[in-house]
Amino acid sequence: MAPTPYLELRERTKARDRSLRDKRMSLEEAAALIADGEHVALGGCTASRTPFAMIWALVRAGRRDLKVSRSIVSTEGDILYASGVSRHIMTSWFSQGIVWGVSKVMRAHVESGRATLEEWSHMAMGLRYRAGAMGAPFMPMRAMLGSGVLGRVEGAKPMECPFTGEPLLLVPALNPDVALIHVQRCDAYGNAQIDGLSFMDVDIAMAANRVIMTTERIVSNDQIRRAPDQTKIGFFTVDAVVEAPFGCAPHECYGVYEPFFPHMDAYAAATGKDPEKGVAEYLDRFYHEPKDWNGYLERIGVGDMLDAARRGRTIHAD
Amino acid sequence: MPTDATRPYTASELLAVSSARALKDGQIVFAGVGVPLLAATLAQRTHAPGLTILFEGGVIGPFVQPGALPPSTNEQRCARRANMLTPITDVLLLLQRGYVDVGFMGGAQIDRYGNLNSSFIGDPDAPKTRLPGTGGGNDIASLAEIIVAMKHEKRRFVEKVDFVTSPGYLSGGDSRARAGLPAGGPYKVVTDLAVMGFDPETKRMRVETLQPGVTPEQVQANTGFDLAIARETPSAEPPSADELAILADLDPERLYTA
Repeated sequence: MAPTPYLELRERTKARDRSLRDKRMSLEEAAALIADGEHVALGGCTASRTPFAMIWALVRAGRRDLKVSRSIVSTEGDILYASGVSRHIMTSWFSQGIVWGVSKVMRAHVESGRATLEEWSHMAMGLRYRAGAMGAPFMPMRAMLGSGVLGRVEGAKPMECPFTGEPLLLVPALNPDVALIHVQRCDAYGNAQIDGLSFMDVDIAMAANRVIMTTERIVSNDQIRRAPDQTKIGFFTVDAVVEAPFGCAPHECYGVYEPFFPHMDAYAAATGKDPEKGVAEYLDRFYHEPKDWNGYLERIGVGDMLDAARRGRTIHAD
Repeated sequence: MPTDATRPYTASELLAVSSARALKDGQIVFAGVGVPLLAATLAQRTHAPGLTILFEGGVIGPFVQPGALPPSTNEQRCARRANMLTPITDVLLLLQRGYVDVGFMGGAQIDRYGNLNSSFIGDPDAPKTRLPGTGGGNDIASLAEIIVAMKHEKRRFVEKVDFVTSPGYLSGGDSRARAGLPAGGPYKVVTDLAVMGFDPETKRMRVETLQPGVTPEQVQANTGFDLAIARETPSAEPPSADELAILADLDPERLYTA
């Protein structure tokens, strides 16, 4: 994926309504802002602040062939491949989590050639988003050189440093069409405050051409203005705001809930034996059958939700 | 066998203890979850109280709670009692800036030069198994001295890795520096059979210490390439009762030490 030509990037930004306005909408309305085939970057990392509510909405909307990028991909990668929402995921690491072993669903899709797993080093992913956030066409770095990883990606170019003569690697900017980011709180305009680990989210928001923000709760603009130093992503980058409580379930949202471990254990077991059947049944039960997001949470169950929330709040205990 | 071990220990416990002993007080250590985190925390509680742990998720100097080990380096459990949280890219850039003394790695395969594979088993164009990939492994191996902790099996210690996910000394000699990686490189490889280092000139792996009760023949028999093993290779002290007690306290459910 080559960098977007600079004037085109600026034109796309100029064309956006960057005003301080109410951007609240439903998950379904937000999903309609994304077209088949677009590059969608996901915020969070592994089982943290995964924008599951929007992914859920994209699966239900029948979106196809999105090119998806993320720092590290967990359960949501399985869901994207199996639903057909994406057949091309660009990341540094892909599996639900180290304790659950290698994703059988990923293996089934990638080893059969039905899907692509494009692998970059973690720092390369970060510097590609950062270049995109900076309006620069690339960033130089000192990793990936000499490895097989470099040999299998397109667009990275080794160069001799013009100042020192050292070998360097240039990695091209990523400017996703859309970023999906979930935060603890955000106002109606899109001023988003993130507690705890921020991962690559600020760079992703700045790099993207559209940002859909889901949030545990929508707070007033007055509350934002009382602590503007806590605002990590500014309203001017945000195009849609959706309130989605437990919007990362079954993953975690820092300080609000931890991962839903029993649910993730059950998912790994269900997809461990027969990955295709296991994930198809999971999609039916949790994605297609529920009437709405509350219905999804009902199926996950109040017991698991309370357990995850109780553990999540322990971050504030000393 | 020496007698000071109070109970039999698992291969994972042995890896954690041997890795911990390879760490020094005051070091800044990039750790993954599992054996690396146990090793770094064990070192903190024994000979290296001033050791700082970094997690890839963007965490500087946390103290993980015993019994609440994180499922990856990117969840809130990793952030407990940290000094500082950063974006992922910035914690990785600490490697590039040179702040990190040691990185901890694992892998599915390793060769005599310490090159690691965690991406593909078989032909990368038509893999028998697609593995999760590099994560930060390539960055850590490219930019810091690394300790590799893994089970010692012939299928893992191979003549040629199917894919170089994380560079070791590439083809030996000065090939790593010539590729644009002048700093860092494999420091130790810790297994359930031995602790290995690398020849300073050829960059070939060589055995430095045998694990308790292990013979040089056993190590070679479980290695897919010729290992340099000196006749008088010393044996390591087995895990002490204290070390095993600390590991049991950290991982009471034996998520990572079974």
